[in-house]
Amino acid sequence: MIRTNLAGKSILVTGATGFLGTALVERLLRAVPDCTVTVLVRPGQKQSAAERTRREIVKNDCFSILRQSLGNEFDQVIGERLKTVAGDVSQDSLGLSPEDTVELSRCDTVIHSAASVSFDALLDQAVEVNLLGPKRVVEAIESVAHLRKDLGLNPTHLISVSTAYVSGGHRGEAKEVLPHEAPYALDLDWKKEVASARRIRSDFEAQSRTKNYMERFEKDAIRAIGAAGRPLIASKAESLRQDFIKKSMIEAGFARAKMLGWPDAYAYTKSLGERALIESRGSTPLTILRPSIIESSLREPFSGWIRGFRMAEPVIISYGRGLLKEFPGVPEGTVDVIPVDLVVAALIAVAARGPIENGPDVIQVASGVRNPLKYRQLVDLVREWFLEHPLYDSKGQPIEVPEWSFPGRGRVQGQLQRTTKLLSTAERAVSSLPLRGKQASFVAQLEDKKTLAERALSYVELYGAYTETEAKFRIDNLLKLKETLEENDSDFVIDPKEIVWKSYIHDTHLPSIVKHSRVKDAPSKKSAKTRSDRTLSQVLNPTRQLAVFDLEHTLISSNVVEAYAWLATRHLDTKERIRESLKLIANSASLLKQDRKDRSDFLRSFYRRYEGAPIDQLQKDSLEMLHHLLLNRSYPEGIARVRKHRALGHKTLLITGALDFIVEPLKPLFDDVICASMEVDSKGLLTGELLSLPPTGEARALLMEDYTKRHSLDLEETVAYADSASDLAMLERAAFQVAVNPEAKLAAIARRRGWHVEHWHKTKGAASRVLPLGPLAYPVTTSPLKGASKSLGVASLSFSKQIMKALGDRK
Amino acid sequence: MTQRPGFVLDVDRSTPPTLFWHGEGWKLEKLPVGSRVIYAPEPKSPIKDPSRAIYEALENPIGDSKPLKDLMFSDMKLTIAFDDISLPLPPMQAPDIRQRVIETVLEIAAEVGVEDVVLIAALALHRRMTEPELRHALGNRVFDAFNPHGLLLQHDAEDLDGLEYIGKTEKGEDVEISKRAATSDLIVYVNINLVAMDGGHKSVATGLASYKSLKHHHNVATMLASKSFMDQHKSELHSSNWRMGRLLKKEGIKIFQIETTLNNNTFPSQFRFLEKREWEWDLRDRATYLSSKKALDNLPSNLKRSIFNSINSPHKMTSIQAGEVEEVHKITTENVYAQQMVSIEGQSDIVSFGLPYISPYNVNSVLNPILVACLGLGYFFNLYRGKPLVREGGVVILSHPTPYEFNPVHHPSYIDFFEDVLSVSTDPLYIQENFEESFATDPWYRHLYRTGNAYHGVHPFYMWYWCAHALEHVGKVIIVGGDVRAVKRLGFQRASTFRDALEMAQDTVGSNPSLTHFHIPPLAIADVS
Repeated sequence: MIRTNLAGKSILVTGATGFLGTALVERLLRAVPDCTVTVLVRPGQKQSAAERTRREIVKNDCFSILRQSLGNEFDQVIGERLKTVAGDVSQDSLGLSPEDTVELSRCDTVIHSAASVSFDALLDQAVEVNLLGPKRVVEAIESVAHLRKDLGLNPTHLISVSTAYVSGGHRGEAKEVLPHEAPYALDLDWKKEVASARRIRSDFEAQSRTKNYMERFEKDAIRAIGAAGRPLIASKAESLRQDFIKKSMIEAGFARAKMLGWPDAYAYTKSLGERALIESRGSTPLTILRPSIIESSLREPFSGWIRGFRMAEPVIISYGRGLLKEFPGVPEGTVDVIPVDLVVAALIAVAARGPIENGPDVIQVASGVRNPLKYRQLVDLVREWFLEHPLYDSKGQPIEVPEWSFPGRGRVQGQLQRTTKLLSTAERAVSSLPLRGKQASFVAQLEDKKTLAERALSYVELYGAYTETEAKFRIDNLLKLKETLEENDSDFVIDPKEIVWKSYIHDTHLPSIVKHSRVKDAPSKKSAKTRSDRTLSQVLNPTRQLAVFDLEHTLISSNVVEAYAWLATRHLDTKERIRESLKLIANSASLLKQDRKDRSDFLRSFYRRYEGAPIDQLQKDSLEMLHHLLLNRSYPEGIARVRKHRALGHKTLLITGALDFIVEPLKPLFDDVICASMEVDSKGLLTGELLSLPPTGEARALLMEDYTKRHSLDLEETVAYADSASDLAMLERAAFQVAVNPEAKLAAIARRRGWHVEHWHKTKGAASRVLPLGPLAYPVTTSPLKGASKSLGVASLSFSKQIMKALGDRK
Repeated sequence: MTQRPGFVLDVDRSTPPTLFWHGEGWKLEKLPVGSRVIYAPEPKSPIKDPSRAIYEALENPIGDSKPLKDLMFSDMKLTIAFDDISLPLPPMQAPDIRQRVIETVLEIAAEVGVEDVVLIAALALHRRMTEPELRHALGNRVFDAFNPHGLLLQHDAEDLDGLEYIGKTEKGEDVEISKRAATSDLIVYVNINLVAMDGGHKSVATGLASYKSLKHHHNVATMLASKSFMDQHKSELHSSNWRMGRLLKKEGIKIFQIETTLNNNTFPSQFRFLEKREWEWDLRDRATYLSSKKALDNLPSNLKRSIFNSINSPHKMTSIQAGEVEEVHKITTENVYAQQMVSIEGQSDIVSFGLPYISPYNVNSVLNPILVACLGLGYFFNLYRGKPLVREGGVVILSHPTPYEFNPVHHPSYIDFFEDVLSVSTDPLYIQENFEESFATDPWYRHLYRTGNAYHGVHPFYMWYWCAHALEHVGKVIIVGGDVRAVKRLGFQRASTFRDALEMAQDTVGSNPSLTHFHIPPLAIADVS
């Protein structure tokens, strides 16, 4: 029946890049030889619609069977039978060009499967796609219906994919009836819902721009990335503002859906979408198909095919990794799962059958009534499977899966909320401590834990409702549809009775999602190490052109304050040295605070201390300081790294807020140095005022970029080394990042973004000094040479006479 | 009082445990019956009036040389070079011999009215000395008279403008030394001869030379042909230096060599048990051993290090000779042998050394793993005349904690040598061929050597070449109590106890091996027949 009825027919599919859409297109091309398929694809930002079709549909492993059977003819067949039109269901008239609108009129059937399926969609976006999408599709069909009529063709049959959960959370039977015919149906005006969803966004938009909120975003941005410079904090604050709107919109959708009795915004918008569709359909014949939870395929194109993770998969994988200790649910409740190929078969069968008289009709594709899978049964099957096929932790040990006790949703949610709150408080407290390196990565771990807890909480909030649904979705119409099928349609399975749950879950679904999630399913423990090796080899790739280094705490565990203390005490007597050191120690807390707030202000005000110091003396002392203080505080691995880059032919650049005379002795280590420099007056004394902006925060990123331009280097071949989030701008601008002994904020960022992290140490044999004090200058001995030794030229005695006199002392 | 000569003890049942240095500490080990222990001769009496002895030595030169005073004239260019911080070990109690000798030399120069005098620390490729170290070696008077005027120099082997190319020896060896010294009317070299290797032509030809010149004798082939480098007649290291010294003389460079020897009274009296033969320890020695060991075992290593670095040795001058280099050095060597030579018959399967905290290259610093190897296999192994104490294919057992530690100021290139070179190969020849050049010419190491207190970039290579003879000769090296990672990197084996080391040695030398322990301090040289 199917192949004959659809022979020579033209079918348009929306949402073809999605899970259901891809399977549908493939099945039509493979199993219904004489039809042509047109896909409506939204052009991407960089890719055309046709390009997206090629990449996201045809290249998917869904097509592997077809590709194999067609061999060399694959491209040709696809080219002839699969057309792409650019369009967008969230735009009026689907954003179609006039020619494509005409093309629409040539389609005998339109299958609308485009939807925003994420359970935590933003309210307004869900409204645009799920609520208004079907209406726009039907309106577009209506607008060209006269062309078909003129040609004497049947009107285009629209099959709109909805969801079984439009019936909401009510217990008992949910029949295949139109929304307004359902029991307990609320009298809702979808137009008002659309208007209010749009208004809510502008409300939040306005709220987020009030003073209090904006101050909060700024404060949070500073907390997150520290003294990274104005532009980065600004952009972080703006992204926090947008996150706030996003989160608020998700919450608003959730709240509205819940209030009206739907599990989430998806079901709520889908349900209203059905109403809008029916109101707007005019004379277009219509069938609404409502699948339940679509999961990996039972048989077609091959068993276990799946694309994207949405619903049960993350929960199952988290469970397999031992992360989800509890999940709420009613053990005797039904989890209504339906393999994707059954839905595809039903869609194709409906298309072949055509519209019914006295339509529109509704067909539910669900397993719960005819072949129910109980929640306890599912959990047991999953547990059994993971006990036999465990996932492995980073050390290569099998992970034991927990046993669930089916607590109520409220309890689990409460527990997780408390954990999340506790972890965020701990994280905030610890991340404000001045930790570095390994200790800082502990903070990052804490953050990981928090993320996990948050994710578990979101699973419970999002999907908990689906394990508690006690609705039974009737499928009488589906079974009636089955009766229309003939002998030669036997490969189109639409009856859920055919599913054997144990083998489906054990042999099809779980192996497939474990494979797709790329978790460790074998006990090898290399991955952690090889990851760091891989990032290191990227950093040290000979094609890199520039390596940029920060100084303090990246190459040397010292700072401008220490350098100052060392230089300042170099020529003081013991009493003054102690006083000077105590003064600095007393000030250290406020210095640290100032430094955290704005590095550039800090440097400027701190450097005032150098006012009146003689530059030539400082230059001499700085050379000594390199050897006394800086080298003893250096990380030999860091210095070796700089040299390694040079040996590889990369240019090396030091960017530091330290003063030029301090950095001078380090210059031979690098190709170039960018540092702060101070004005010198005519007497050779420092004025305490900087000649230019100190290279800190975002200025470093610009200096680095300038440098690459001046030396015709490729920014895309640049590596940056730094230790703190204040260098974030520079790190982000570089193509490869190395976080050296990162402080907490940078450690967390580096971990999230997969940056290379180095833990460099001072060598143990270094001289240890508690205070950074310059060694005492020797008093000149009290010999007759004392006066003469100051200047040979002034002395009246000849040198040999002076020697005589000096040595005369010893007798 | 006459001093007892060196002694070789045959260990029997009644022999008390034997003292081993172990870095910044020590321990007693019970040696197997039948082992031998070498003890140095007791300290010789010092010269009673060193000032007079110095003056007399300068007045009565040895060999073909006029008295120092007669070599000077008022408008001459005079350069006084002196041995650096690597000598003596540990640094001697003030006044340092160098101070005494240089003051006398300056006195004579001042009497003659010499105006152009420069002092040069003969560093070769060693690190520059710090101000306190220079003051210690020269005394404050000399330091303050010269340093403020820029007349106290430290030899810079990388100062292209400060070097003078002299020529090639008959074997094609380049000779290049300090320009100031080469263009002086007279070089007075003030030496301290702690071991038989020091002094002679090596003083100027090595101490004031450049890398270009040094590499002709500081290399693997020379080291393999020096058996040992403590015995100048069988040492290619010395032959090369002698050729260079003779070329200097031929080219008209005048050197007045002043060599001194010290007795082996190495540690202050509170540590006298270190130098005594164990069976002669009295109650006080036992008590100080126990209390010091207890205390040291519980101190953090940084503190221990600074305690040991503050020890100044009481050794005293036993002879001074001045004049023509070769004739002077002959007598010096005799005097060194007189203080250090111990005769012993036959080699043994195993030789053991307890390594102290100090070597010529880590004064005021840490003995890093490369220096541990060099001290054991370079210096101590080579303290022989005739044949090595250990038979070919035998085992060397060293006792030292061998910490994985480096001084980043003194030994920056050592760190990279240890990480990047020894991790690839421990074969001296392979290392020389594949890595030496890049370290020797590295601009960063050059910068640190010239402006800071760092050894030259190539120096760790020399330390490894110093081991080449031993590495070729012995079958196995075991370090007792060493850091696991560091010892492994050196290519040696680690044992937890001396007993374990003996067990491990038997894999190489068979059961019932013979053992000789070289009791240090004080230093000795074994005349093996």
